Amino acid sequence: MTANANHPPAVEAIGLTKIYGSGNTEVVAMKDVSVKLSRGEVVALLGPSGAGKSTFLTAVGLINPPTSGRIVIGGEAVMEGERALVDLRAFRRQHLGFVFQKANLIPFLNAVENVAVAMEINDVAPRAARQRAMELLDYLGVAERANNLPDALSGGQQQRVAVARALANQPSLILADEPTAALDSHRGRQVMELFRKVAHERGSAVIVVTHDHRSLDVFDRTYEMEDGKLRASLHDGHAV
Amino acid sequence: MNLAAKDIRHNFGRFALTTVGIGLLLMIVMGMGGIYRGLIREATLLVDRIGADLWVVQGDTRGPFAEISRVPANLEDRARAVPGVASARRFVSHTIQREHRGKPLRIVVQGLSWPEDRGDWIPLVAGRALHQAHYEMIADRSLKLELGEKVQLGKDVYEVVGLTSGMVGSGGDGLGFFTARDAQSIQFDLPGEALRLERQSRRARVANVDLGQTQPLLLERAVGSARGIPALAPAQVSAVMLTVQPGADAAQVAATIEMWPDVTVYSKQQQVDLLLSGMVDKARRQLGLFRVLLIIISTIILALIIYTLTLDKIHDIAMLKLMGARNRVIASLILQQALLIGALGYALAYWLGTFAFPKFPRLVVIETPDLIQLAVIVFGISVLASMIGIAKAMRVEPNKVLS
Ligand SMILES: Nc1ncnc2c1ncn2[C@@H]1O[C@H](COP(=O)(O)OP(=O)(O)OP(=O)(O)O)[C@@H](O)[C@H]1O
Ligand SMILES: [Mg+2]
Repeated sequence: MTANANHPPAVEAIGLTKIYGSGNTEVVAMKDVSVKLSRGEVVALLGPSGAGKSTFLTAVGLINPPTSGRIVIGGEAVMEGERALVDLRAFRRQHLGFVFQKANLIPFLNAVENVAVAMEINDVAPRAARQRAMELLDYLGVAERANNLPDALSGGQQQRVAVARALANQPSLILADEPTAALDSHRGRQVMELFRKVAHERGSAVIVVTHDHRSLDVFDRTYEMEDGKLRASLHDGHAV
Repeated sequence: MNLAAKDIRHNFGRFALTTVGIGLLLMIVMGMGGIYRGLIREATLLVDRIGADLWVVQGDTRGPFAEISRVPANLEDRARAVPGVASARRFVSHTIQREHRGKPLRIVVQGLSWPEDRGDWIPLVAGRALHQAHYEMIADRSLKLELGEKVQLGKDVYEVVGLTSGMVGSGGDGLGFFTARDAQSIQFDLPGEALRLERQSRRARVANVDLGQTQPLLLERAVGSARGIPALAPAQVSAVMLTVQPGADAAQVAATIEMWPDVTVYSKQQQVDLLLSGMVDKARRQLGLFRVLLIIISTIILALIIYTLTLDKIHDIAMLKLMGARNRVIASLILQQALLIGALGYALAYWLGTFAFPKFPRLVVIETPDLIQLAVIVFGISVLASMIGIAKAMRVEPNKVLS
């Protein structure tokens, strides 16, 4: 899938560099990473442990500012080096969705509340938020556990609730860091396909860090990171 | 959805325990305020009820409540002669501690000027006023005496004929009303041997002076009853209470008596002020200090619990921030919890107090302005206690979710 000429890229990273620590504890986790994703594009990010995948994802997710470089989301410049150009929190709640390896559900909220809270934070009326949360849970096959606290859900069920939460505000950019590690391969693939479906239907861009080479065919493109450098991968999905 | 309430439901045990703890502390704070009000009421009760316009006490003393005052009983008669005085009664009061049914019994012995004063002004809850000049008493319920019960005080036995409720002295001990004569014989009760020794020493003193040697009859008199010796001072009373005639100026009457060098006169209001500025004031400061300390302790406990509840939620708060929650959402989550603990603690304190306060050994008077003041304080400490939790939460970085 190629970029629609009428739209600015969903996300554009330009020369992102991240240096942790200083002096002899200095770690260059990300080196001059530039990438451009169109709306509706689903990409996988591969790479060995410590390569800088999470660093890249959190930088683009506006929770871990890069040391230098520039981040543009939906045509709007949001980060210039470590400096925020917009209200990051407002930007996150309106435009970004996150899924991590751990579900990170709020333990005192049940499944449907965990999804609805993301929408209430984004000023959706409680009733509407709950209704849409139920729809999402249903879509992800965990509707029957809607009123259970996270403790009472299996790891896979928790992760599906987390995916529902990430999709709740119809974000333009979804960032997922090893989201299927807790799922069996069938469920894992389902989640990947869901991302793809959402991306294609709604025009969201999706970046998924994964080690699961079996579902790479779901992605439009695959990138690989190594030693903080990003390059297009030889592992191919549908299209290059 | 209300995040605070959901979190509380999830942490119900800790939350409930904290609320109970804060509630108990607040109950004591409430009770101490009530004890102070009770002290004032008890201290001024007698002065209020006894219905005297002026108090004539020993010269240059602040008696008879704040310190000991002794005036001769015949001061009563002198006072009656002053223009404008309607009535004069003696005030006899002293606290005794005796044994009754194997338990210590503290009574503030109150003498009534029989026969003018039979105690008709005393609000009775049972029984009657005094009907005879001797061996009857009106007891306060706090003395735990029954109607008809007989109490041995000194050489005599007194029967409880009337009961009052809440009539206690400024020390919190129940009042017992007797005729003034009885009150004095209770006070000056001496064992037979002491009397014998006293008479012997009197005789020895008389024998030493010329008069005694030339008048042997005096020696006879000296070993007799004290009442039979005109040279000895008449019985003393604590004070004399006056009522002024309607239309007469109490200040004028007071000014007249004030000119007598052996006495000092106080109005009813001055007597109340003396009581309150003396011992009650000290008690007030003491209770006030305790209240302040307990409120500080409550604040610290509340702050600590709110802080640990917040620490437990750091990861969730980071997640909320990652999802883009405003600071307001997070701060109100913490503040609401503190306010809820404060409010429930306050309600619990009030509720427990309705059972506990009547069982306190001192009178506890809970007044609405005090309740409102405490409510405002509780609101204040709840806000204060949530501050460090909120400050901590505000510093949480959203990428803490990843660690
Ligand atoms: N907060 C930090 N402080 C210092 N160094 C860090 C920090 N976070 C990550 N690093 C370092 O940066 C490098 C990249 O880390 P990153 O987490 O991005 O790797 P990753 O590709 O996500 O690895 P994995 O597959 O194990 O999750 C690593 O060498 C890591 O040790
Ligand atoms: Mg990682």
